[in-house]
Amino acid sequence: MITLNINGANVSVEKGTTILEALRFIGFPIPTLCFVEGLTPYGACRLCVVEIGEGSSSKLVSSCTYPVEEGLKVRTASKRVIKTRKMIIELLLASCPQSKTIQDLASQYGVHQQRFKQEYEDCILCGLCVRMCEEQMMAKAIGFYGRGENRKIGTPFGIPSEVCRLCGGCMYICPACQLRCTFNQPEKAICGACANLSPPCLDKEQFDDMMCYMDPCVACEIKKD
Amino acid sequence: MKTEDIEAILEKYSISRGGLISILQGIQSKYGYLPEKSLNIVSEKTGRSLVDIYGVATFYKSFRLKPRGKHLISVCLGTACHVRGGPVIAEEFERQLEIKAGETTPDKEFTLQAVNCLGACALGPIVVVDGHYFSNVNTTKVKQIINKAREGLDKVEIKTDERIFPVEVSCPRCNHTLMDPFNLIDGYPSIRVTTSFGRKHGWLRLSCLYGSYNTEVEYEISEDTVRNFFCPHCHAELIGVTNCPNCDAPMVSMIVRGGGMIQICSRRGCKEHKLDLNGINF
Repeated sequence: MITLNINGANVSVEKGTTILEALRFIGFPIPTLCFVEGLTPYGACRLCVVEIGEGSSSKLVSSCTYPVEEGLKVRTASKRVIKTRKMIIELLLASCPQSKTIQDLASQYGVHQQRFKQEYEDCILCGLCVRMCEEQMMAKAIGFYGRGENRKIGTPFGIPSEVCRLCGGCMYICPACQLRCTFNQPEKAICGACANLSPPCLDKEQFDDMMCYMDPCVACEIKKD
Repeated sequence: MKTEDIEAILEKYSISRGGLISILQGIQSKYGYLPEKSLNIVSEKTGRSLVDIYGVATFYKSFRLKPRGKHLISVCLGTACHVRGGPVIAEEFERQLEIKAGETTPDKEFTLQAVNCLGACALGPIVVVDGHYFSNVNTTKVKQIINKAREGLDKVEIKTDERIFPVEVSCPRCNHTLMDPFNLIDGYPSIRVTTSFGRKHGWLRLSCLYGSYNTEVEYEISEDTVRNFFCPHCHAELIGVTNCPNCDAPMVSMIVRGGGMIQICSRRGCKEHKLDLNGINF
């Protein structure tokens, strides 16, 4: 067993688990896009960032790919984490505003603006479909090709693959192409917030170590009175 | 494209994950690009999925999935060339060849590519055609460069190059001269031999200038074909004792007048040659 410190509390988990698994086991909600149980973690979407270490030596890591270490200090709701996560959502919105999954995340985390050049991609290259095809369907019909900004997902030579069984697993698991958001104003990147779960105390005082995932946040409610 | 050829390449390299790039390089050096079928064969023989191989082949810029034209034009768009007008040159090439960068003309003559830096920034904008550098290129030079490339940049200018000298050769068996004084190549008598490949039989005239690769043939032979060379007088095969160090094809040997041997590679397109003048190697 390995003991680590999550938001000030010492917890013990099995050796070999990742920070994300430990956090979810204990009950901290960490948003993910490219993580699905049963598929190997990939660390593509970076939504699961957490802060590890203390003070000036602290750094942000993707919790889905980071194995737990003895005495590791993890903070899941520090200002830096929330700020980074908001930025990641903003970047995702910039490339794929039609995705309901991403729009929901934007509302949950209170992302109210999108300051980047707007694109309307169909893919965020999270690699879920590639892993689904390879690991669950044992087909390996699709994969990444190209490089850099030309990186895409598809079948070799763009022709129907011989190993594809048309199972539809890739479409089922896609966070960008399933659940099309009803979003109907192309000039506006953010649809209009169905839900808002951003911790309200972030800007008030230093509550980095508080468990701000509760909505409404108890600490803030007390503070108000 | 033959399955056996690909298998021969596969035998040379490890079929583990680490050998994939070497295999693809081997295929590309043979065909000039990676044919779709060859990747299927590689996938079958190595047990690696086609997706992985396609991913590697498309990741690296040096791998091509489409055949390249006869002449490769690289226009530098690195920082230094860019500020000196590289993009204008690239556009001019695109306009004159009627293709976009990265494409090949329909007649398979030219492939245009934009590259990032050729390491000759002071001479920019730089254009490289088949290994020949053109410096300080402007839009008016573009037409000239294309025309020069069409004529063939590898044509040797005899008078200006002192490394080039004429040799006279004869058959190592009957000692009859192989020189043909009536048909000149590069302004000098040519070397006439008989070649055969498959069922085709015909004459081949080589330039007698050591260092010039200009030839004339009765039948056009495709690149990479290994031919047999015969003496047109005694019909003996002009075969050397060694194989080409570059491509492993048999070397063809002829006697040089004044003593010595000259050996040339029998593979069309391979420029390996060796001159041995009484023990002095060149």
